[in-house]
Amino acid sequence: MFKKPITTPQKSKLKSSVQRSLRQKLLDQFPLLAPHIDEILPKKSQLDLIKLPDKISLYALDSNVLFWQHFDDALIPHLRLVHAYPHAFPRIQVDRGAIRFVMAGAQLMCPGLTSPGAQLPDAAEELKPGQVVAVGAEGKENACMVGVLKMGTEEIKKVNKGVAVETGHYLGDGLWKFEEV
Amino acid sequence: MADTTTETTVPAKVTLYCGICTLPPEYCEFTSTARKCREWLEKEHPDLVATIYNSEAVEAAMSKLSVNAQEKAAKAEAQASKRAEKEEQKAEREAAKKASSRVTLKRVERAKRKHVIVVTGLEAFGLDLKKVAKDFGKKFACGSSVTKSAAGQDEIVVQGDLSDDILEYLEQQYPQVPFDNIDQIEEKKKKKAEGGAA
Repeated sequence: MFKKPITTPQKSKLKSSVQRSLRQKLLDQFPLLAPHIDEILPKKSQLDLIKLPDKISLYALDSNVLFWQHFDDALIPHLRLVHAYPHAFPRIQVDRGAIRFVMAGAQLMCPGLTSPGAQLPDAAEELKPGQVVAVGAEGKENACMVGVLKMGTEEIKKVNKGVAVETGHYLGDGLWKFEEV
Repeated sequence: MADTTTETTVPAKVTLYCGICTLPPEYCEFTSTARKCREWLEKEHPDLVATIYNSEAVEAAMSKLSVNAQEKAAKAEAQASKRAEKEEQKAEREAAKKASSRVTLKRVERAKRKHVIVVTGLEAFGLDLKKVAKDFGKKFACGSSVTKSAAGQDEIVVQGDLSDDILEYLEQQYPQVPFDNIDQIEEKKKKKAEGGAA
């Protein structure tokens, strides 16, 4: 989604009511983020909305992008946020061979998530399709991508074919390199 | 901090980012600037080099794979390093091009004793011509616009005989443009008269 660098953004201030609902949505999506929400999004802060082509909106606080979303879909955190609060987001892991492709902006395929170097949550903690996940990598500490699950984790294990996670935002993409002027 | 929901508060983790490619250093090896990244890390955080560039761990991970997969991985690795090398060369070429590209301030006569300054070549330094033109207009209180030259290139036309002032302003405001790369030239309209005089 952010393969190309971001150009000429239009920035506008967010209404406080919209910001409140956004905050609520955030907490609904990532309940584990609750203890940190005041740190990430102080109550009295002013969020900026940056509109990009293709109905993508970025939400930025003091010119740091925190979250983005496509149209009215799920909110997806910026990778810097994932790095700062790694435990607050559900995590899956890909094997070493897949990193290269992830960083080139490919969609995550199932086999990269089921091989020995990869990790998926147990059946008891199954993640449903549509869940936003942070994708780590074998032997690496930090996440390299955030995306939306296209299949449930159990389904991934069973089918083991096709697209598992749709790419949202990966290290070194246009959003990562994007800095406000 | 009103933390009542969790028993232990985990503060925000501060992640180190590479000064060259801006990624966490453990991912530097996958970028086109891998070699420079490593040099940066060795200089800035020598204590981390051993943990991040740990070839043993990589080999251990590789040995877990089947023979077939190992071959595949090795191939991919070789291909990637080749590509990285190419990209590095490309970046170097671009940098060289940047260093050699020139900015010209051309003084063009419009009416008798009235001149405009045509600024070309700023786009090579990654500047947005429209914004720079606006800045010129604001700074010198004059008309300033981006126009297409006959050759099809964008250039900034500043109304007023301001060549020296623009030079000074560029030097102050845009440090990314090397001062030595700026040329001031004058367009002679009456070439015939000049030829006759010489």
